[in-house]
Amino acid sequence: MNKPYNNKAWLGVLPVLLIVAFSGVVPLMTVVNYSVQDILDFNSRFFVGFQWYSETLQDARFIEAFLRQLGFSASVLIIEIPLGLMLARGMPRQGLSASLLLVLLAIPLLIPWNVVGTIWQLYARSDIGLLGVGLNALGFGYNYTADPIHAWLTLLAMDVWHWTSLVALLAFAGLTSVPTAYYQAAELDGASKWQVFRYVELPRLKGVLVIAVLLRLMDSFMIYTEPFVLTGGGPGNATTFLSQHLATMAVGQFDLGPAAAFSVIYFLFILLFCWIFYSSVVREND
Amino acid sequence: MTWMAWTAPTAAFFIGIGLALCAMTLFELRWPTLKRRGFLPLATTRGDRFFISLLSAAFIHLLFLGFLPEAVALASGLSVVWALLVLWRG
Repeated sequence: MNKPYNNKAWLGVLPVLLIVAFSGVVPLMTVVNYSVQDILDFNSRFFVGFQWYSETLQDARFIEAFLRQLGFSASVLIIEIPLGLMLARGMPRQGLSASLLLVLLAIPLLIPWNVVGTIWQLYARSDIGLLGVGLNALGFGYNYTADPIHAWLTLLAMDVWHWTSLVALLAFAGLTSVPTAYYQAAELDGASKWQVFRYVELPRLKGVLVIAVLLRLMDSFMIYTEPFVLTGGGPGNATTFLSQHLATMAVGQFDLGPAAAFSVIYFLFILLFCWIFYSSVVREND
Repeated sequence: MTWMAWTAPTAAFFIGIGLALCAMTLFELRWPTLKRRGFLPLATTRGDRFFISLLSAAFIHLLFLGFLPEAVALASGLSVVWALLVLWRG
């Protein structure tokens, strides 16, 4: 039977709505206002319509940064989600060792982003860094400041080091919610390890995994501090992602109009990704 | 309000969105929505379809601004037709 929704409870959300309006909606409206104007100074503004939008969308540097960003986010998800799952599955479910591992896993998450960048900058240096010197001693000719591929791999390794724990912790929380009886039933049925994972654990993990994918996608799509500290967007523009390109336009060059149009486009893509994931979760629950 | 750098077109745009949200609220109070399945690949409420219309309108405009900036009026026309279609049959 179809039942109409009762939406009166939304009135309770009114205070939050006011706070969000102040901290999110009003600044966003301001950015939209900026994006259709050429702003020379506070008193000299000229309406230019959609000019900044079409210039941004046709700008080769924007397209390159966008593709780079998609490539980075996809790589992050492809590595971190399976790795986090494997870590969580390999962990003991209870006891002292479980607690110890949880604390160890949480450590990278507690380190501020710019500190992570600095740690990896020192760690990967080819003259004094343990990783850089070690790889060079093995004959790899590693230098992340000169070679774009090395810079990419170092950034990816840094992100994996920093954030796989989050996926592992979420997956671990999901795994602990699987009742022991399910495992016992699977054992009685003679299920293989893969079948246990595929048919017992994975369905129960779907919710947390969607959240993990969403969090990692959003976070990697907005990445700024770590590449800024580690590579500064280089060598060349090899690791210049969207947020870094945007910061150069808005803060470095003070091109407020084009930077605002860029921000709106960036926001729309993030909104689209969020909506796709949100609706996939809702669809699952339906 | 000067710091927000308002222009007449953006003010009209946001007033339009605000009025549409008010209208949706009134509709909701008068005729509460039912989740239903149309041509979209998921069950949606009226608010979902409104959001989908707005988001797709934004992307239709971006597509035209990227490839055919001179035909942006066509993007607006297409967005209105698409929005009506989604709200009616989505």
